[in-house]
Amino acid sequence: MPNLLLNLYKKMYLIREAEAEICREYPKDEMKTPMHMSMGEEAIAVGVLTAIGDKAQVWGTYRSHAIYLARTEDVNGFFAELYGKVTGPGGGKAGSMHLANPDKGVMMTSAVVATSIPLALGAAFSSKILDDDKINVVFFGDGATDEGAFWESVNMACLWQLPVIFVCEDNGLAIHASTAIRRGYKNLTNIMRQYRFQYIQEYDGTDVEKIHNITRSSIKYLESGPVFLSLKYYRYLEHVGVNEDFNSNYRDKNEFLEWYKKDPIKIQKQKLIEAGFKKEVEDVENEVMAQIKTAVDLAKAAPYPEPEELYKGVYDGE
Amino acid sequence: MMESRIISYEKAVNEAITQEMTRDDRVFVYGLDVADHKRIVGTTAGLVEKFGPNRCFSTPLSEDSSLGFGIGASATGLVPINIHIRVEFLLLTLNQLVNIGNSLRYGSNGKLSAPLVIIAMIGRGWGQGFQHSKSMQSIFAHIPGLKVIMPSTPYDMKGLMISAIRDNNIVVCLLHRWLYWTEGHVPELPYTIPIGQSRVLREGKDITVVATSWINVEAHDAANVLAKKGISMEIIDPRTISPLDDQTIINSVNKTGHCIIADYDWLNCGFSAEVAARVSNQCFNQLKKPASRIGFAWTPCPTTRPLENLFYPNAVTIIRETEKMLGLSKTDLSNEKFHTYENKFKGPF
Repeated sequence: MPNLLLNLYKKMYLIREAEAEICREYPKDEMKTPMHMSMGEEAIAVGVLTAIGDKAQVWGTYRSHAIYLARTEDVNGFFAELYGKVTGPGGGKAGSMHLANPDKGVMMTSAVVATSIPLALGAAFSSKILDDDKINVVFFGDGATDEGAFWESVNMACLWQLPVIFVCEDNGLAIHASTAIRRGYKNLTNIMRQYRFQYIQEYDGTDVEKIHNITRSSIKYLESGPVFLSLKYYRYLEHVGVNEDFNSNYRDKNEFLEWYKKDPIKIQKQKLIEAGFKKEVEDVENEVMAQIKTAVDLAKAAPYPEPEELYKGVYDGE
Repeated sequence: MMESRIISYEKAVNEAITQEMTRDDRVFVYGLDVADHKRIVGTTAGLVEKFGPNRCFSTPLSEDSSLGFGIGASATGLVPINIHIRVEFLLLTLNQLVNIGNSLRYGSNGKLSAPLVIIAMIGRGWGQGFQHSKSMQSIFAHIPGLKVIMPSTPYDMKGLMISAIRDNNIVVCLLHRWLYWTEGHVPELPYTIPIGQSRVLREGKDITVVATSWINVEAHDAANVLAKKGISMEIIDPRTISPLDDQTIINSVNKTGHCIIADYDWLNCGFSAEVAARVSNQCFNQLKKPASRIGFAWTPCPTTRPLENLFYPNAVTIIRETEKMLGLSKTDLSNEKFHTYENKFKGPF
């Protein structure tokens, strides 16, 4: 197990530090793409996707830095895309909000809330019909549960018993609006329990080991239908941008301080050190920091797309 | 020459789908009511029986997510055909079409494609009112990444439908309700007609009428009436709205010097304006009169028959516009017989 625990830590540390680097570099205005930061949700992306492994076919949202790095560990491609360079997985056309790399399992991410959910259903249907070993998993926030596409998709997945994993990354906020001022019903869990899928709710969305284990044990349910994981976390930064916004009156910094006590990276590091892996943790951290530095240097040095790239890729067969 | 026989447009749709499903077991059909007893006016007849419920199935009333489902399935190895009994229902899918489907390939740097076919019934029925009466080709053709076809004959229907199914992009097929009963020569074996080729439906030398979908039938009637006066009308059916083969249109207008665009849609910001702009740009010195346009009245579609008759353009509209453009006197039409559906179609669709 130590390898797994260290691996989980390494991926989370990569995500956290890659975003810390974005926070430092963003004010220079070289990354011209709106950033929806993942800080706080690292344990969910890493726990779920490490548990599924190479079979994971991932569908996400505009807040997919964590998902992208957890699934691909492609930090070079990640920074190249954010800098708009031709070496990015989308050749710079996708940017932060549409990070994707189908060859490495991140299929597509969307900046219109809930809209990638039905695509995951279609892909799960493909997997079922083609009998391949892909596991389709779709990440979305609690804001998505306000959208029609969410309800349509939950219904269709359960009706057709599609092998898809829904992951609700529940940070209790849609932009700046809390669930309390968005919902005309009492309790989503009570409603979700009426559907014919495995519904699992976990409040400790910052404990990567726990999320990893929950996901591992839920994969078996896919043989008979969909799985829904509802996982709570706290969004550390503003909805879009690289800053804190605790002085904006819609939330209180004390909430953050409470959640930060169980910060995913902090608690995992603590566990590893207590288990006697201090040296290994240091090595991993050094390795990750070097990776990030290389990635940023490469991205900055890489060329922008040539003008003719503008017209490439609209239609197949051109 | 392939063995051909006379079949209906409806049968041509069914035959194209059936043959492609036989050829390629990745092809499947889904949508509201595709597997019920009416089988989308017969176009999906026999599919469940022949290919089973995994390859032809009805969906919940969830057009938006159903289309997203199709994009996801098409991006991962299948070839979905999503059928809508009315084009208006596609408005519920615009997010998936215009935010997701059209940019899937572009955003993945060419790694993903969406070989998805969307079939939607358009146009006039029988007192269909505001929401079961439109065409909206311009809305779909406005979007880069989508292709749009509107075949007007059974022959073109089958060949273009097979091309659409084999195309690795999203193709929106807009089929007029009344065309389903038209009949024509159609080869029995599968064949393709390239997407993006206009067709000269009738050759002439005095005036070019560019007509879309059902209005080709009306233009044909108009041409027969005017032929008695010695007017020779050339009819161009673009067949594909996007990508548009404008060269065939330009060649024709350069020959005739006159152009009427009869589009089965509203005029404002529409396909007719697109064609008029291209004709004006490419044929400026050959045009003897400015190009003119015919389309729906600039109103929602009324239900009551006398007003519905005024809403949709027809052969008479084309005849009057031609007379105006060529400076002819008004033809007496009192003895002419035009297309009527009064005895053919009693609804409800």
